[in-house]
Amino acid sequence: MSSMILTVARRDLLLARRRRVEALLPLGFFVVAAGLFPIGVGPEPQTLRQIAPGVVWVCALLAAMLSVTQMFASDHQDGSLEQMLLSPQPLLLLVLGKVLAHWLASGLPLVLAAPLIGLLFGMHAPAIATLTATLLLGTPILSLLGAVGAALTLGLRSGAALVFLLVLPLTVPALIFGTGAVVAVDSGLSAQAHFSLLGALLILNGLGAPLAAAAALRISLD
Amino acid sequence: MTLSLTTYAAPSRFYAAAGAWVPWCWAVAALFGAAGLYTGFAIAPTDFQQGDAYRIIFIHVPAAWMSMWLYLVMAFWAAIGWMLNARMSAMLARAVAPTGAMFTFIALWTGALWGKPTWGTWWVWDARLTSEFILLLLYGGYIALTEAIDDPRRAANAGALLALVGVVNVPIIYFSVRWWNTLHQGSSINLGAAPKMAATMLTAMLLMTVCFWAYSFAVVFTRARAVVLEQESDTDWVKALARPEGTQ
Repeated sequence: MSSMILTVARRDLLLARRRRVEALLPLGFFVVAAGLFPIGVGPEPQTLRQIAPGVVWVCALLAAMLSVTQMFASDHQDGSLEQMLLSPQPLLLLVLGKVLAHWLASGLPLVLAAPLIGLLFGMHAPAIATLTATLLLGTPILSLLGAVGAALTLGLRSGAALVFLLVLPLTVPALIFGTGAVVAVDSGLSAQAHFSLLGALLILNGLGAPLAAAAALRISLD
Repeated sequence: MTLSLTTYAAPSRFYAAAGAWVPWCWAVAALFGAAGLYTGFAIAPTDFQQGDAYRIIFIHVPAAWMSMWLYLVMAFWAAIGWMLNARMSAMLARAVAPTGAMFTFIALWTGALWGKPTWGTWWVWDARLTSEFILLLLYGGYIALTEAIDDPRRAANAGALLALVGVVNVPIIYFSVRWWNTLHQGSSINLGAAPKMAATMLTAMLLMTVCFWAYSFAVVFTRARAVVLEQESDTDWVKALARPEGTQ
């Protein structure tokens, strides 16, 4: 079972490595978008420190949605996705493998870049650590929910824009608990509850979203 | 003729029956709307704290109820359409969505109109306002997705899946937003602590709710009939409808 997930993930990662620049585009978007905020809002350190968790999280949401349509698109174009659907392996494992690859290729770089953005916004070290940890828990949620959106909009003309509208409202809880943890740490409180809820969200989405994405793939390729 | 639950699952029968029901729904809506507005604006006493501005709740509260109910109704029919492969249910779900979105918008808009004189601001990021706003986005997503897909079957099933995902997430979103709200700012406005309502106010609100339900039925049936005609345009009975009377 896990070998199937790993095979799919390894294949997608290999494909991503062949197109390195394309794979790093979400990261580029993340850095550019977050970097524009100080210029737009003004260089006041106090303000920047206050808006930093929200800015980093929202930019991560947008960056994840930007890349998520690619999860199934190229396989759909060359027809290999239909072959995968015909295979006797459960579709659920295919989706899990693709989600894993998407997270490793575009979620993890965001997590790694977050401390850097935090420094640019003048955040304190404990807040930066918390922010990175929340993103580590939160970005897989984005990949999971994004998979549902990507599967629903497969092959549509306006698919890339639709994913934003479909998936972003569903990511609100992750955004709330992710930024809430940083705010809590910043004001000297424990972020334990936020982490627990973020973890619970991850588990819920880990169980539900692959099923929904698999059903959506069946609908889209019916 | 025996009537069963599935009688109106055939689009042609639904089309005929809904056409007969629509005028009655409009009549009920007009009757209860007139009664509700009269009770709300002429009989109900002026609130000693909020003055006459509070009267917008006779539109606002029923609209907010409808916005949530219609999402459930939409998801229900979409799910039935998906699981049982019932075309009529899917068409009905699609017909509900714009009305639900409209009531969500009315609830937000009238809330803003009420908030300005009462709270002194058009908008606060209160838990209810925020979750109602997200509900509007969910309606928007459903409508956009079903409109973007050309194949009616795929549109219906994809919409059904999205609506179900939305239904599962609405409570999570609501509670997370509520918690976020209490975390970020002390709740300056407590909707729950409103003074007990006078009986006439409650009557007016219930009358308006019946009016909105009847209106929803009328509009949804009308829109569903249009969707039926559109999606069944290559069937004989629709072509027969299009032919002028008496010709073959």
